Amino acid sequence: MVKKRVIPCLDVAGGRVVKGVRFENLRDMGDPVELATRYSELGADELVFLDITATLESRGPLLELVDRAAAELTIPFTVGGGVRTVDDGLGLLRAGADKVAVNRAALDEPGLLTRLAEAFGSQAVVCAVDARGGEVVTHAGRRPRGIDAVAWAQEAVEQGAGELLVTSIDADGTRDGYDLELTGAIADAVGVPVIASGGAGCARHLAEAFAVGAEAALLASIVHEDPERLPVLKRELKEDGWPIRT
Amino acid sequence: MRVAVADYGAGNLRSLCAALVRAGAEPFVTTDPVEAREAPLAVVAGVGHVASAAAGLARTGVDEALRERAAAGRPVLGICVGMQLLFEQSDEGGAGLGLLRGRVRRLEATRVPHMGWNTLAVRPGSRILAGLEGADVYFAHSYAVRPDDPGVTVAEVDHDGPVVAAVESGALAGVQFHPERSGPTGAQVLANAVRWSRSA
Repeated sequence: MVKKRVIPCLDVAGGRVVKGVRFENLRDMGDPVELATRYSELGADELVFLDITATLESRGPLLELVDRAAAELTIPFTVGGGVRTVDDGLGLLRAGADKVAVNRAALDEPGLLTRLAEAFGSQAVVCAVDARGGEVVTHAGRRPRGIDAVAWAQEAVEQGAGELLVTSIDADGTRDGYDLELTGAIADAVGVPVIASGGAGCARHLAEAFAVGAEAALLASIVHEDPERLPVLKRELKEDGWPIRT
Repeated sequence: MRVAVADYGAGNLRSLCAALVRAGAEPFVTTDPVEAREAPLAVVAGVGHVASAAAGLARTGVDEALRERAAAGRPVLGICVGMQLLFEQSDEGGAGLGLLRGRVRRLEATRVPHMGWNTLAVRPGSRILAGLEGADVYFAHSYAVRPDDPGVTVAEVDHDGPVVAAVESGALAGVQFHPERSGPTGAQVLANAVRWSRSA
C-alpha cells in the first residue's frame, strides 16, 4: 500500500530559503537545494518550495532554483506561491517542478487547473485550499471568499487538481495540531490525496491527520529549527503502526 | 553509454537526464528518428496523457524509429507514461505504440492519482528490478497498464488491488514509477537498466 508522506515545506524568496515573522524581517537561511538535499537525506518523502514573495522580480531566481532542484534532487518536489496564470504554472512545470501548487488563481482564473492538468496530467496539479472556520480565504488569510472549503475542494478536483494541500489558517503556526475537522471533511469529500497543513507540533498530530484521511502531512517550523526531528518523527509514526517509508 | 531520451515536446527531461548521468550513462535528448533508432538504449519518459505523448512522437517520426528498434531487438525503456506508450489502446483515448499487447486503464482505487512511495513486489528473474524486492519507489499516475500476457509483468504494487509497476519483454522494459524521483532505489533501477540494455 502507498505510504503516508511527510513533506517539509521551504519558504523561498529571491531564490533563497528565508525565515521571517509575518513576511517581514526575512532572514537568509541558505541555499534551497542544499537544504532540500539535507531533508532528502534525512528521509523527507517529498518537498514543497513556497515562494513567499511571489513578485515578478523573484521569478528569475525561482525558475533557476527549480531547474537546479530538478537536476540535483532525487525525490519529488512541488513549487507554489504566486502562480497567477496558466503560463506561470506551465513555466514552473517546464522548468522541472514535479508538481505546481495553485492557490487563489485557481479561484480567480477559471480553467487554470484544467489547462495545467491537460498539459501535464492531474498528478502534476496541486490545489492549495486555505480555510478559516470552514470558509475559503486568500491573501494569506486576510480575505474571506464566502465559499465553503469542502465545496471548493470538490470543485477544484472536478477542474483537474490531482491533489489538495489543505491549510487551516487558524491552526497555522500554533503547533497544536492540524485542523482535523477541515482535513477530514475534505478527505471524505474527494477521491484525490489530501495533504494536511498548518499546526504540526509532534508525531501524534501527523498520526491524527492520517487517521482522518490525509495521505500526507506538511511540516515547516518544527523541522526547520531542528532537521534531525524529521527522522525521529517518521520513526515514531512507523512504531505507531503507520505505513511510513524508512 | 549513449542513451537517447525521446523528446515529444511535453514536460521536462532534466531530472531524468541528471539521474541517467548519475547511473553512468551519457543521455541526450533528441527528436531525431535516426538517433532514436540507433542509440544503444532509447528511453521514453514523460507525464500527462498517452494520446498527446503518442501524437508528439508521431510529429517527429520517433514513433516509427521506436517500432523499428523494437523489431530489431534494440532496447527501449519506458518510464511512467512512456511505459504506457509501449501498449495499445488507452482509456484516456488514443493509442500507444502497440509494441506490447494490452490496454491502459484508469485506476480503480479510493485515491486516484496513486501518489507517493509504494513497495515493489518483484518477480524472480527481473533484470531491471534485480535486488529491489520490497523496496519503495515513487508513483504519480492515474492510469496503469493491463498487459494481455501476464508474463510480461515483473513487479506489482498494491493500491486497493494490484497495480502493474514494471514490465519486461525481450528488449522492451517499462516502469510505472519514477526512478529519477525514487532516491537511491531509483538510481539502482537506472543502473540496472543501463546494464540490461548492454545485453538485451
